[in-house]
Amino acid sequence: MKIDVDHVAKLARLGLTEEEKKLYGGQLARILDYAETLNNLKTEGIEPTTHAIPMKNVMREDAVHPFGDPAAIMANAPQEESGMFLVPRIVE
Amino acid sequence: MKNDLCKKTAHELSSLLKKGEISSVEIVDSVFSRIEAAEDKVKAFVSLNRDRAIEAARAADKLIKSGDNTDPLCGIPVAIKDNMCTRGIATTCSSKILANYLPPYNAEVVDRLSAIGVPFPGKTNLDEFAMGSSTENSGFHSTRNPWDLKAVPGGSSGGSAAAVAADETIAALGSDTGGSIRQPAAFCGVVGLKPTYGRVSRYGLVAFASSLDQIGPITKDVTDAALIMNAIAGYDAKDSTSVNVPVPDYRSVLVNNAKKFRIGIISELVGKGIDEDVKNAVKEAARVLEKLGAIVEEVSLPTFEYACPTYYIIAPAEASSNLARYDGVKFGHRSKEAPDLLTMYYNTRREGFGAEVKRRIMIGTYVLSAGYYDAYYLKALKARTLIKNDFNKAFERFDALISPTAPSVAFKAGEKVSDPLAMYLSDIATIPINLAGVPAISLPCGFSNGLPVGLQMIGEAFAEEKLFQLAYTYEQNTEWHKRKPSL
Amino acid sequence: MSKYGTVIGLETHAQLLTESKMFCSCSTKFGAKPNTNICPVCTGQPGVLPVLNKRAVALAIKTAIALNCRIEKMSIFARKNYFYPDNPKDYQISQYELPLATGGHLEIVVEGVKRRIGITRIHLEEDAGKLVHKGAARIMGAGESLVDFNRAGTPLMEIVTEPDIRSPLEAKVFMETLQHLLQFIGVCDAKMEEGSLRCDANISLRPAGETKFGTKTEVKNMNSFRAVWKALEAEEKRHAEVLDEGGKIAQETRFFDDINETTIGMRSKEYAHDYRYFPEPDLVPIEPEPAWVEEIKRTLGELPEKRKERFVKELGLPEADAEILISTPALSDYFEACVKTYSKPKIAANWIMGDLTAYLNANGLTIDRIGLTPGKLAEMLEMIDKGTISGKSAKTILVEMLKTGKTVHDIVKEQGLTQISDEGELIKIVEEVIKQNPKQVEEFKSGKETVIMFLVGQVMKASKGRAKADRAQELLRKKLI
Repeated sequence: MKIDVDHVAKLARLGLTEEEKKLYGGQLARILDYAETLNNLKTEGIEPTTHAIPMKNVMREDAVHPFGDPAAIMANAPQEESGMFLVPRIVE
Repeated sequence: MKNDLCKKTAHELSSLLKKGEISSVEIVDSVFSRIEAAEDKVKAFVSLNRDRAIEAARAADKLIKSGDNTDPLCGIPVAIKDNMCTRGIATTCSSKILANYLPPYNAEVVDRLSAIGVPFPGKTNLDEFAMGSSTENSGFHSTRNPWDLKAVPGGSSGGSAAAVAADETIAALGSDTGGSIRQPAAFCGVVGLKPTYGRVSRYGLVAFASSLDQIGPITKDVTDAALIMNAIAGYDAKDSTSVNVPVPDYRSVLVNNAKKFRIGIISELVGKGIDEDVKNAVKEAARVLEKLGAIVEEVSLPTFEYACPTYYIIAPAEASSNLARYDGVKFGHRSKEAPDLLTMYYNTRREGFGAEVKRRIMIGTYVLSAGYYDAYYLKALKARTLIKNDFNKAFERFDALISPTAPSVAFKAGEKVSDPLAMYLSDIATIPINLAGVPAISLPCGFSNGLPVGLQMIGEAFAEEKLFQLAYTYEQNTEWHKRKPSL
Repeated sequence: MSKYGTVIGLETHAQLLTESKMFCSCSTKFGAKPNTNICPVCTGQPGVLPVLNKRAVALAIKTAIALNCRIEKMSIFARKNYFYPDNPKDYQISQYELPLATGGHLEIVVEGVKRRIGITRIHLEEDAGKLVHKGAARIMGAGESLVDFNRAGTPLMEIVTEPDIRSPLEAKVFMETLQHLLQFIGVCDAKMEEGSLRCDANISLRPAGETKFGTKTEVKNMNSFRAVWKALEAEEKRHAEVLDEGGKIAQETRFFDDINETTIGMRSKEYAHDYRYFPEPDLVPIEPEPAWVEEIKRTLGELPEKRKERFVKELGLPEADAEILISTPALSDYFEACVKTYSKPKIAANWIMGDLTAYLNANGLTIDRIGLTPGKLAEMLEMIDKGTISGKSAKTILVEMLKTGKTVHDIVKEQGLTQISDEGELIKIVEEVIKQNPKQVEEFKSGKETVIMFLVGQVMKASKGRAKADRAQELLRKKLI
């Protein structure tokens, strides 16, 4: 099983070193090979389960309840300016 | 001896507190003396906060003295796994990427325990972002098994389980996605319960795999687990997957009676791949239950063979999405080498995440990516249905199912780190339970070479009462829960 | 351009008029200081969970009904995974495989021709935060950027059309018609310049008569109806030029440059978007109860187009008048209420569209905020019909009614504005005017016809508008023979 480790790392925004790519590439291949044992399980006509306990229509009333402490959220900002989160140049 | 208070259970301490014979401050003091003596060896905690705990203990003592009808857990210290948000207190998930993160809010379970007067001695160690079965994946340090300091405590709630086993806390909270409460409880010889999915609010639990995660108690005995469940279980409007079903008084169902309980011992989990000692301990437990009036039969759940591959597609897929937010923009670590956004993302996540987390993000991203979704993710969701059906069928015949909690006792540190697949396969007994969303409890049932063996009892969704009764009965008719490691 | 046929599909986003955000209880109010309408949920803190806003679902269902869509028995939320600083969780909660509604249509009228544009789907999702780029007006060339999460989590409704639109002008009209409908049913402010209604377009050309679609490009950054029109015209022209030269259209995203009215290709070093959609595990499916959908349908009332039709067919209004009267629900409600007690719809329409609207505009008022009830207006119109007051004095009376809220009866009594019905009184005024204006009288007598209007005007002035103009003219002519 050949996985395009580069592509997957890009999608996941993970900066891997060449060594890591080799190591993970091998490990991932083994794990995914193992995952393929699922192919032996017959699932035609079987509905997928996304929620273990089936529920529906969970909603809340449209009412405003202010959080009350936005400063505590801003306090974790790695970089901030004028009350906003600062990020570096977006386009290369 | 006031110093020995830390060795007692929550319910024992609760009666002493109510009688006025001891104070919560004395309990916290005893716990911290024990931490001082043992923590160098066990390393169960990521952070400790004695001052805060003493403050909470003082407040609890006031409450108890005032004669108000206080909860049995009032004044009893409970340690919190470091993937549950505690406002203003570092919540790291044992990851470098959140090393300095101070949540602006409390997890719902933390609020509920706080409200009844529970002091928190500290946050316990875990495999990074709860991904692992040995706590060796912690971004900070490994935790040791109090029964054998060369062995792992299990994972991912290894810190919580070790702390309880070592009396460094009276009780603890853990989280369980594929066995992360039950397996470390088994390895450390304590009790661990994963409730029915939706029984306990996930609000404030840092998500690993949203459709599988649940918070639950890790305690010295079954009664303590019932007390914690009484305090934390129940509907929370902030969690859309929280089920609005009334919470019974779990303590009231703790009767010593297993008569006519129909118990199925899962044949797939007492055969190949399970250690002899573990198999024998569980079979012996089955005999004990039979002597107590239960009817034990073997039952086969054939789709169990597919539980691990199913889990190791679904869990990483959800995780890859849940962990995307750790990007250096809003909180946590941001790489110093960040000339542009893209580089910032790459470097921040490279520097901040450990190997196992990176692996799982990669797997998850891959199985969700264009062209692979149907073959992997969708297929796994269908397999999940079949596994759930197996459980439903079994529960038509049985009140509870039993099995070993893990295929072996605690393995040596370093033994499995280089083989991720081997590590994954050791979750075979616990994973199917998370996929089906049913509750399960692990309690000690024997020893092998001085290391505890765990017995897993599995119940139907929202039938924790039956589990508690069965577990309590077994416990009261055996002595395993009274043994302590000689640290 | 008739060498090619143009095919356009639109993807629109409308901000729903809810008090709180889609998945948390923060306020959606615009204009707050940056990062003040935020909470752990909408900033994607570790451990938080979304809880769905019921009103957002109701408004989307209302829209779906108004657009003739099928409300799906079950719809689910999905995660759309991509990394961007204004996306707090680095995934957006949206809907993918099972949207809220499918298969509807909106009828538009383009240059007199009725066209039916298909609606593929309507679904719910959350808005992102806002990015402010430092050092440049736009993202290209900016140094750092700043993120404000006040907007993050605002409920959005995405409405996607079938590729049924056949010209840039049609696209513009579609957006205008959609805006009117969304405003009319009260689900969205729908102002493109404010961003409460947004649109991206897909456009392709194909040889005239060809049924297969050509290669399409996506057009973004159209911030007004005019921009939609001009952007698509420019892109249409560009496609034609490329095809004329025998070239192939590159499938890409193009940004509208509103200064030069052209489209600019994105320097696509951009990674291909693989959103890795999967069902949102933190939310459970929506299965709208039929009783709930019925209740929402009832609040919908009569849609503007139907109302317009009724005004024309049943009340005999000219189409242009009906068009104006349906511009807001309040206005059409007012008109309807008025003609319930007053029998001449055209007259009522004239007064409402004319003097009444002029007063509202001049004083910054809306028709639902005035003390002049439709019933009171009807009374006044009846008085004009009866001849109790003149049309001219009615104009001032109307203003007085609006200012004070008094009825026409009260004002007429107070100010003695009853139209002169006593001939004697009128004759006296006419004689006075003749006496006061000898020059004009002479002019009239010597054949200058038009001067009679000046004299009539003088009679109206002297009678404070209470004179009946044509009777005044009759009397003048009689006296001046």
